[in-house]
Order: sequence, then C-alpha cells, then structure tokens
Amino acid sequence: MRVTFTVNGRRQEADDVWEGESLLYVLRERMGLPGSKNACEQGECGSCTVRLDGVPVCSCLVAAGQVEGRDVVTVEGLADFAKQRAEGGCASGVCGTGLDEAQQWQARPAGSRTGEQAELAPIQQAFIDAGAVQCGFCTPGLLVAADELLERNDSPSDADIREALSGNLCRCTGYEKILDAVRLAAARGENRTAGQGA
Amino acid sequence: MTGTPPRAATAPGRTPTNLTQGGQTKAGIGESTLRPDGTLKVTGEFAYSSDMWHEDMLWGFTLRSTVAHAEIRSIDTAEALATPGVYSVLTYDDLPTDVKNYGLEIQDTPVLAHGKVRHHGEPVALVAADHPETARRAAAKIKIDYAELPVVTDEASATAEGAPLIHENRTDHHIGHVPHPNIVHRQPIIRGDADEAAKKADVIVSGEYVFGMQDQAFLGPESGLAVPGEDGGVDLYVATQWLHSDLRQIAPVLGLPEEKVRMTLSGVGGAFGGREDLSMQIHACLLALRTGKPVKIVYNRFESFFGHVHRHPAKLWYEHGATKDGKLTHLKCRIVLDGGAYASASPAVVGNASSLAVGPYAVEDVDIEAIALYSNNPPCGAMRGFGAVQACFAYEAQMDKVAKKLGMDPVEFRQLNAMEQGTLMPTGQPVDSPAPVAELLRRVKAMPLPPEQQWLTAGAGADVRALPGGLSNTTHGEGVVRGVGYAVGIKNVGFSEGFDDYSTARVRMEVVGGEPVATVHTAMAEVGQGGVTVHAQIARTELGVQQVTIQPADTQVGSAGSTSASRQTYVTGGAVKNTCEHVREQVLELGRRKFGTYHPAWATAELLLEGGKVVTDGGEVLATLADVLEDAAVDLELEWRHRPTEPFDLRTGQGNGHVQYSFAAHRAVVEVDTELGLVKVIELACAQDVGKALNPLSVVGQIQGGTTQGLGVAVMEEIIVDPKTAKVRNPSFTDYLIPTILDTPTIPVDVLELADEHAPYGLRGIGEAPTLSSTPAVLAAIRNATGLELNKTPVRPEHLTGT
Repeated sequence: MRVTFTVNGRRQEADDVWEGESLLYVLRERMGLPGSKNACEQGECGSCTVRLDGVPVCSCLVAAGQVEGRDVVTVEGLADFAKQRAEGGCASGVCGTGLDEAQQWQARPAGSRTGEQAELAPIQQAFIDAGAVQCGFCTPGLLVAADELLERNDSPSDADIREALSGNLCRCTGYEKILDAVRLAAARGENRTAGQGA
Repeated sequence: MTGTPPRAATAPGRTPTNLTQGGQTKAGIGESTLRPDGTLKVTGEFAYSSDMWHEDMLWGFTLRSTVAHAEIRSIDTAEALATPGVYSVLTYDDLPTDVKNYGLEIQDTPVLAHGKVRHHGEPVALVAADHPETARRAAAKIKIDYAELPVVTDEASATAEGAPLIHENRTDHHIGHVPHPNIVHRQPIIRGDADEAAKKADVIVSGEYVFGMQDQAFLGPESGLAVPGEDGGVDLYVATQWLHSDLRQIAPVLGLPEEKVRMTLSGVGGAFGGREDLSMQIHACLLALRTGKPVKIVYNRFESFFGHVHRHPAKLWYEHGATKDGKLTHLKCRIVLDGGAYASASPAVVGNASSLAVGPYAVEDVDIEAIALYSNNPPCGAMRGFGAVQACFAYEAQMDKVAKKLGMDPVEFRQLNAMEQGTLMPTGQPVDSPAPVAELLRRVKAMPLPPEQQWLTAGAGADVRALPGGLSNTTHGEGVVRGVGYAVGIKNVGFSEGFDDYSTARVRMEVVGGEPVATVHTAMAEVGQGGVTVHAQIARTELGVQQVTIQPADTQVGSAGSTSASRQTYVTGGAVKNTCEHVREQVLELGRRKFGTYHPAWATAELLLEGGKVVTDGGEVLATLADVLEDAAVDLELEWRHRPTEPFDLRTGQGNGHVQYSFAAHRAVVEVDTELGLVKVIELACAQDVGKALNPLSVVGQIQGGTTQGLGVAVMEEIIVDPKTAKVRNPSFTDYLIPTILDTPTIPVDVLELADEHAPYGLRGIGEAPTLSSTPAVLAAIRNATGLELNKTPVRPEHLTGT
C-alpha cells in the first residue's frame, strides 16, 4: 500500500508498504531516517519515540497505515521543530527534510562531520553539554520525550522529569546526566525568556 | 592514502565517518572535553550498526533451537527456499570449509548447530530474503526433527555419574587439569595454611550465596552489514568490542585470508562484555558470499537475549575467621560459576573470581577454589566486572556478618582489614600502586545522608512517586523502613595471566588549510565509553594542536585489543600517547634540520609542542608547526604494551597475574515497604580512585552507569532459566527488567586521583569497579532495613515478605 504523511514538516510518500510494517520500519528503512532507534521494537524502551500529531509515541508500536495523513516529528526534525516553536510555527510549510534528500541520506562531508556548527534544539545541546550521551542509542528517543516535557512544563521538578522519561531506558549513563541535561535545558529556557524581558 | 586494499564494488549508503573536532576551550587531558560524536548522536545522524544500508541489500535471519539439548535428526529447508523473496537458506552442510567452530579461547561454538544443539536459542539455520519479515516467515517453514536429550543445569547434574557430557571429545588445554569433562576450568589459590590460621579465630562465619544470571542488555541490538567484494572477499560493518579478535575467528570459517575480510566498526549501542563473542558476524558474511549481495542482519530484542553470552550465575560458599579485636584470620571459599553450553570467556572469569575472591582485604591464609561448569544453560562469558562481581557480592555480605558477630561497625571492620599499597594478593603478587580502600570507605561514609522520609511533603501528605511502589500507590509511608549499607570492591584492569595485551595506534600530523592537524587511527571499539574523546585529548596534549580527526576504527590498522576489562584508555590511550611522542620527536627533528642553525635552543633546550608552535620549556617560541611541517606529513603506526603478567600456578594459584587494580566503594540508602516487599533505592553514593581523571565528565558518567547496573542486579535483573528444561523464560524487556529513571536514585560521586606510576598519566581503568560494590551495598542496606539474611540476587518481594 501507499502511505502519505508529513515527516518533519515535509509531505512524504512510501510505496509498497506491507500492512504489518511499523512506522519505525518505514522511517528507518524506506525514508532514510535512521534516527529513531530499534532497541526493543516491543514498546518497552522508548528508543524509537517520535511525535505523532504532537503526542510522543513508540513508533515501533504504530502501524505505518495508521499515520496516513498525519504529522510525524523525529529526532532528525527536532532542531527545526524547536526553532519553529520558538518562532511561532512553520510559515512556509516546507520545513524539514525532503524525501529525495532523505533517501540519499549520508553523514555530512569531512570537516563538519561532527556537526559542531549544526543548529541544535536546546535539549540537544544540553544533552551534549551535560555528558548525557554515552553510547547514544537511547538518546534520540529521550530527546523527543524530554523536548515534549519542556514544551508542556518549562520548569519541571526532578519528579516530573523522572515521570516523563520513565518510558525511556538507558543502559549507559545511570540517568543522572540525563536529569542534568533536562534541568540545564529548562534553566537556559528560563534565562532566555528572562533575557528577552518576556 | 596509498596501499588501500581492494574494497567492495560499492560502498554502503551509510558508513561510519571521521570525527573531526577542534576549537574547544577545554581540550587537553584532565578537561571535560565534549564528545566528538555528540552532535551526530543527538541529531540522529550517527551511523550505528543497525543503521547500515546498501542499495539492493538483503535481510538475514537466524533460525534458533527451540530446545536446550537435542540430537538433530534432520533439517528440511525446501519449503523455506521456495518462498518468494528468499535468496538463500544455509545450514551446517553449507559451511565452506572444515573450520566449523569458533570461540574466544576454546573453539567449541558451532557457526551453525551440527549433530546436536546444546542450549535454547542456538543458531541452526540462516535465511536471506528481500524483506526482514519474509526472512522470518521463511525461517518458520524450516522443519527440524529434534530428539531431545536430558539436560545438565547445575553442578550436581553436571558431575553426577553418567551425566551427559556437553562436549564429548574435548581437546582443549584445560581438559588435563579439570576433575570432570563438564568443568571448563578450575583454579585453586592456596596461600599460607587456612586450617591452621582458623585455630586463631575467635569467631568463624560462613555463608552460602547465589548470584543470578544478569544480561548486558545494551540497547543497540546485534547487527551489521556484510558486502561481498569484487575480489571474492567481504567488507563487514559491525558493532563489536574487538575487531581483530572477530577477524581471527571469522576468516578461517569463510576460508578467506584475513586481508580479504575487511572490517569496519559501526556505531555501537553499548556492549558491557556482550559483544566480545561473535554473534551475527559470520552469518552475515556467509549469506553475502553465497548470494553475492549485501546482507544486513539486525536482531530483535527477543533474539538479542539468545545472541550474546550473559554474566555467569554463581553459587559461592564462604568461611571467614576473625580475632575478637577484628583482624581477619583466614578465608576458605568455593565459587561455582555456570558457564553454560560453550566456553566463551569462562576460563578467564574463573581466574578473576579466584584471584579476587578475598576482596580488597589483607588476608594471609587462604584456601580458594573457583570452577566454571559446562551445562545446557545459556552460554555465559564477559560482562562488566567479569568474575569479580560475583565474588564481591559474597565477601561483602561476609564482612557485614563478621562485623555483626564481633559487635563492630561494618565500615570500621573493613577499614581495619583493608589492603594498602604493598599488601600481597592471595596470589602472592604485591599491590604496587596506591590502594586507598580505607580512604574510599571513609569518603563514602562522610557524605551527608539524604534526609529521612523525603516523601513527606509539607501539608499534602506523602508524594507516592518517592515511595516504594511509586505511582502504583501501594503505600503512603506506613510500613516503610530505611536502611543503610556499605560495600567496597577490587577489580583487575586489563587482560591478565600472561596475555599479550597490546594495542596499536597510527598518528599522522600534517598542515591542512594552514593549521596543524593530527589524525588518530586505531582499531579501538568505541562502545560509548568515550575513547574517541580521550584519544583526541591525548593527541592535543602531546602534539600541541587544536584540530584532531579520529578515523573510524577498522582492520586496516593493527589490533587495539578489546574494549573490555577497563583496559582501553590505559592500553590504546597508552598507544596513542606513545605514538604521539614518537611523532613529536620526528617533528622536532624536522624543525632542527630546518631551523636549528637559527637558534641554539633547538639543540640545547627541552622542546614542547604547544598551541601549534614549537616552544622551549622556558616558553620561548621557536617556530610554528605550520612552518616546520609545510607540505610534509609525519605518519607513524606503533604497538604499545603495558608491563607483562604471568599465568597463575594451576595448583597453588601463585603468580603475578594482574597488571593493575581498580577500587570503588558505595553507600546505599534504601526504603523498604515491609508489607509488600517493595524496595526503593533512595541514594547510591560512590567513591572511586581513578588514578588520573583524563575526562572528569566521562569518568563520573562511567561510575554512575556502572553503579546503576549493579543496582539492577540487586533488585530486579535476572535471566530466568527453567531448571527442568534449561529454557529461557524471560527474553524481553517486558520480563527482563533493567532500571528505569524511576528506579535509579541520585548517585553522588567522589573521585579520588592517586596516580599509578606504572600507567600512562597515572590513570586507572575505571569502567568496571563501580559495578562491583553497588550490588552488595544495596543488599546490605536492605538487610539493615529488614533484619533479613538475603543471600541471593536479585532480591524479590517474596524474599522480603516470606511468601
């Protein structure tokens, strides 16, 4: 079957999708967006978390057909998504990565391969700065979940953070630096707001 | 680059890339430099092994045994092969050479089962198809006729008269000294006279302990992509802990010379020992070579539980004696590790469990024995802490028991017996670097305790999220009691017992765009530990450059050894440092030839490379590196070794077997709902000596991560194997629980830096020690809260409620 939906602000089509295929498989293997991770594919670890019409879901548990006509944001689109949110929406309607571009996905050429100049969402930068990334396999899912938390609650308590991220397993960090990262992103958000006099 | 061997016809659409980093203000060793792969990882661009992709690639799938022990009477693949979309089905009969087994030390593991299966989940057949679901469905059509055999599941059944032999015709080098063919390896350690010393004891305390089977549960599943090459070879992109060890095992099975199996490390989603053994490597290569197409294999979580070895479950019998003034007199102990169906790392785990069985204490008279069994349980091998974890669980429980019997404070009792620099190990080896055991205990005890009843909120009653049971709302604080427990452990760093534990580094220095740039190329597996960060820090420090490129790890450079045993920063870090020093010498020699006549300091002063310049130790600038190098490049590849070790004597266990030791102490604070048997760990404080923190941020992250894995085994993690059928009951994240952010407490860390003069920069391997002591600390805290004996991990509600 053909599935048509919006990914990171761009309309995308996937052909020859088998009825049992998950959204995760379509994103990773058909659209060239491997950022959503395949750690358990049982809805237990949260590594494949994406926003579906704004709601964080495990994309491994969503059948691809269910997203027909709907709106998906993955970790690849998180920086754009956060920027548009800060600016009050995507005016042009063509933000994000095109399908042709996505299918030709490659890491960036030498020189900028660590992407030090890349524009990041505040939560992405906070994860790097706080040392919350080790092997990094859980990171995309945690970023999507944490970004959604901060969208709802810009100054979460530790208990709020723990509750919001309890569906995302991490095996490397012991979670302390992930807590640090979310606290850091929240604090920077407050500073920015204060600085703008809002 | 010249001399590049022939590659695959086409490179995959996604491959690991160079990591180039420069311009950070905190850049050298001792600084909390940020990861060079951090941005790629937070944007989803980092190419993990399961993200590998090639145009026209096929998907491989492994059919696994549904029984633990059986003869294979027949395999019928016809229907599977006839399935539309299927390109190949392989069984044992299709293996291309006479080499049909592999293994880390003993080659006893079949690539595909032949004749019989020895454990639940053993690979039997392979399928390659155009869609992963097609491959799975085709595999389900393969008909296997099993004739089931009785299973061996513990020491009694393994060594009983007439017990089935797991490996009937053993020829490995351990068979000559083991008491039974179902025992992989046995290591006694006898020093002094434990029986005689026991006569001096005022109290004698014994105990029996059971350590459950833990899983590494790394999040990135076993996966990779094999691409057939034009020259008949194969390119393999894979997540592993040691490329060259894989290569040594893969090439003979494929019948290819090693240079025709070109391996590149792809992004590794955690390892913790679980990627030391091969999983899908040979399978993907076989399918790729057979079909002539790129083949990707990605395990799902269920399969991952069968695709790698686990931590050895263990039974441990301990007897300690002490005088009434609190000095340990002797230790007698016996440790039985279950290695499962194949040897994997069992011999080395036995060496560690026995040689570290005393713990970080000075005990002169010991009688220790450790064995590993062959059984029909899942194969066990390497996992963070490697033999030391099981022993630490038992000896720390014993320390509390002895202290209690003597009426002493458990921390003071440990400090009284703590080893220090110069103490002899039970193997007779002197500990010749700082061993701050008493100090670590002092530090962890001195940290402020978390406030009592933190779950009580002002006015609103209890915040159930902070209570045992959490949002399940099982208690509002009634029946909740607090306990505090302590533990400390010792772990060896690096490979022991005479192993040639070397590493190789290639370092190139040249001018790019007017700026000096260092390129570091090693075969080190970056599994998340931060080796890539540290290598760049070392290159900056030694070569005075800002810009460093880390090349992807592959087999075009010499072996880096394994990313395990807490060794990689020591050994490959040491290799990078050593190679940089030789590069620096050559750069200075270039400078002397070019500019030596202009300034006498070139000949007379101690010269350094700093900030892109050659400077004297007095700070005078002699030249820029750009001027010294111009169009030249200095490029060296060198091996580096730490000081050698020797094997343990097979009868007495004596020998200088270890390179270095790592020490950590924990204090656990728990709250227990005694009515429901639910445990909430409130805090797990850690103090660890790291010798020198090359990257303090990463060091703390490692300690917190290791601590959490120890917490997991204390209260929730266990692979449950049915004792009657040897089948695994819980191969999923639904049923095998690892700690979530709600289960994990605050983990304050106190880092001590007492340099080890034998190690590069004085550093100490850090990855494993925090996993040792966190488990017994949590157990001690639960015992302290409940007064129960609790001799088994993990502690389950029924152990606390007696139900």
